[in-house]
Amino acid sequence: MISETFEPVFYALVYILVAPILGGLIAGIDRKVTARMQGRVGPPVLQPFYDVGKLFEKENPVVTVTQNLYVLSYLVFMIFAGALFFSGGDLLLVIFAFTLSHIFLVLGAYASYSPYSHVGAERELLQIISYEPMIILTAVGMYMVTKSFFVSTIVSSPVPIILYLPGVFIGYLIVLTIKLRKSPFDISTSHHAHQEIVKGVTTDFAGPNLGKIEIAHWYEYVFLLGVIWLFFAWNPLIAVVAILIAYFLEILIDNTIARVKWQLMLRTAWVIAGTLGIVNLGVLYYLRMVVVP
Amino acid sequence: MQILDLLLCLILVPLIAALFLLVVRRDSWRALIVQLSAVAIGIVSLVLLILGFDKGTLLYSVASEPVSQVMFFIEMILAVFILYLGIKHRKSLTIILILLQAGLLIWFEMSLAGHLHVENNLFVDQFSIIMALIIGIIGTLICVYAVGYMETYHNRHKELRDRRGIFFGLLFIFLAAMFGLVFSNNLLWVFFFWEITTICSFLLIGYEETEEATNNSFLALSMNLLGGVAFMAAIIYLAISDPAGNLLDLNYLLTTGKAIALVPAVLICFAGITKAALMPFSSWLVGAMVAPTPVSALLHSSTMVKAGVYIIVRFAPVLSGTTEGLIIALVGGTTFALASFMAISQNNAKKVLAYSTIANLGLIVACAGVGTYNLMWVAILLIIFHAVAKSLLFLCVGTVENRIGSRDIEDMGGLIVRMPRIAIMMFIGMAGMFLAPFGMVISKWAAIEAFVTAPFGLIFIALLAFGSSATVFFWSKWMGKIISVMREQTVVEDTVKKEKYSVLYILTGLVVVVCLIFPLMSSVLIEPFVMNIYGKTALLSQANIIIMIMMLCLLMIMPFSMLFYRKGAQPVMLPYMGGTPMEGPMHFTGSMGISREIVLSNYYFEKSFGEKRLSLFGTSLCGGLLLIAGILLLGVIV
Repeated sequence: MISETFEPVFYALVYILVAPILGGLIAGIDRKVTARMQGRVGPPVLQPFYDVGKLFEKENPVVTVTQNLYVLSYLVFMIFAGALFFSGGDLLLVIFAFTLSHIFLVLGAYASYSPYSHVGAERELLQIISYEPMIILTAVGMYMVTKSFFVSTIVSSPVPIILYLPGVFIGYLIVLTIKLRKSPFDISTSHHAHQEIVKGVTTDFAGPNLGKIEIAHWYEYVFLLGVIWLFFAWNPLIAVVAILIAYFLEILIDNTIARVKWQLMLRTAWVIAGTLGIVNLGVLYYLRMVVVP
Repeated sequence: MQILDLLLCLILVPLIAALFLLVVRRDSWRALIVQLSAVAIGIVSLVLLILGFDKGTLLYSVASEPVSQVMFFIEMILAVFILYLGIKHRKSLTIILILLQAGLLIWFEMSLAGHLHVENNLFVDQFSIIMALIIGIIGTLICVYAVGYMETYHNRHKELRDRRGIFFGLLFIFLAAMFGLVFSNNLLWVFFFWEITTICSFLLIGYEETEEATNNSFLALSMNLLGGVAFMAAIIYLAISDPAGNLLDLNYLLTTGKAIALVPAVLICFAGITKAALMPFSSWLVGAMVAPTPVSALLHSSTMVKAGVYIIVRFAPVLSGTTEGLIIALVGGTTFALASFMAISQNNAKKVLAYSTIANLGLIVACAGVGTYNLMWVAILLIIFHAVAKSLLFLCVGTVENRIGSRDIEDMGGLIVRMPRIAIMMFIGMAGMFLAPFGMVISKWAAIEAFVTAPFGLIFIALLAFGSSATVFFWSKWMGKIISVMREQTVVEDTVKKEKYSVLYILTGLVVVVCLIFPLMSSVLIEPFVMNIYGKTALLSQANIIIMIMMLCLLMIMPFSMLFYRKGAQPVMLPYMGGTPMEGPMHFTGSMGISREIVLSNYYFEKSFGEKRLSLFGTSLCGGLLLIAGILLLGVIV
């Protein structure tokens, strides 16, 4: 038996240890599925691990030594945000920690003064401001249904949250495309080497630093998919299925829709947050008396 | 020592210092007076905290009739003075407003004032103590900083008249007036100090005596006089409602309930909105940046605009749950979102800071307008955190401007190499404005949690969600600018004066310390205050506070990771530039073998977030909202 106080710590530790493995596998499967969609065989599922392993064997060239600090902070706060989420912490605090970690990535890119990473950094910021309103509205929606911002309460709520927040859920899926750096919103950096700004925000990172960014992404995947879980938390089986379908949809969108300009991305994300999100919450607001006694 | 003595001390010490500063000519003496009185004021406000924090609301009767006579006399002199300046510079709007205000005042004094008697003219409670600490510590630190700044300033601008005596005199009168304002229980006294801050800021904004400075100072004056007229109208309304004058007792007025207090509350909040530079009156604060930087720092962080939000927060319990309160909150919320958007399009550092101030004041007013107990708590937190971080940022920008001769953000590239200490302090100040776990994010977080349960809270959550993501954008790109490491730059910060540094160090320390001790501040000062009014109070959960502190510690540990990466231990490459990067300043060899220079610039999105478009929209929207509030008010009166 795990005692009350150590339960959050336990879940946080599980996240810290398991998330990179899970995240790496997701990345591997993602590449495999993408390859199949494009009629290729694709790399082995474990390829992301081989890649990152190799990155850590290389030397660590930098443009300025401060880059190390920013990258490390990016990773540390990403883990912090995720661990806080899985230990049942306050959803808003998780979001703020999550933003903080991304700001560090952006700062790392700015620090190098390469035109490519500079544009990448600006675009990464645009991505952040595109998805943030919707993410906050998601948290607020969860609160309106369960009367709590704490993940621990939300996840143990017997209410099928998705039924109350369908608009918010669709909105979340759309900004998830931005977060997962999937086309059409992979404007700051892309998984594919066809971008006009080279590798965008990660242009001037190499070796172990790039490896750390990859690992941070794995942690991020698990956290982002964990948020989908919350919508379906009343039934774990449906939750898993929902996550699988959602992720498959993301891959499908990635492979079928061409990249857009930042204006369209910002507009789409904000309009989605402003319509689907707000309307959904507005309806809830009026029905609040009926929702949770 | 009696607490009343402390209150009088806080009002009179800066006043006496001001009198000395007006006559002293020697630089060294001036510096000495400023430093000594700053230390004295700082200590007295701390003593006030220690003696007064657990006493609740204390009321004091001071011989009011003679003081009120003196105040009326001073107000008349000032009115004549403003009238003279208005005629001299041909500002018809100012002339009309000052005549209107003086006319109201004289009529009031002739026909109504005779029977009025307010027993308790001074008071102090936890909120006053918080304001006193902000004024007494941050305000005076800015004055200390100003000594060094103004010396450099006049060395750089030989063409300007050196009127430093008047300048420092005004700064300290300003502080005295602010103390008076937060300790006054008699609304007539509040009004008097209110007008003094208006006139001080007018004179300080116009300090340069250039055409731009004069115009902007008159803009600020007219808008604030308009607020003053509304304030006067509220006083007259109250005096007519109760000829005995009991309603002019602020503390009593707040307990009388909405039926009596709503009309004056809305009028005074209108005055607060002009002073806090919310839309449609935001242009005066943006224009005020022509003043020397310490003045901006003072206006934005500890005085002037804080007087505006102070009075609105005072009236929050009256506003809560009323349509008028909701409208005032909407003005605040709209201002928050639009000012944050506009800050994106600015490359002038002081203008970015100005818009950020306007945005945050908007947020405070949004909280106060909705006025539930937990939003009141948030509003006070916001006042504290904003004051600390914003003063630091202004002073940093001022220092940079004095060194590199520009306040353009684009010229601040690589500041981390050129002025490392200043850049790091600026960095911390900015983090304080928008990053977790620093102050402003704590407050925004608490604001979301509070709005969720408030009536019509969803509108404000939406405004907050969009507005704060814009905040993230404009601060981060500025941060990115100062930390980008360019080659071959020289360190230029050695010439910055010692006392300036000590002020900056203290403020930087405060940004961090305030985050660490805010649970304590909250439980000792803010919660009892809110409890006293509403009978219940807001709390952040213990678990969250622990996590925030963990986060802050983690953030402070991170820089030590740099020890593992000593210089020379790893290969340092040139940034990727597409062509062949060259050693030396930022150049690369492009195709055809031509060497090209690299210049990077941030995004500003003039088309999407341009000042003109958005401010027109905001001014008309907020102006319209205020008009509706006015019509509703007329309905109540008639």
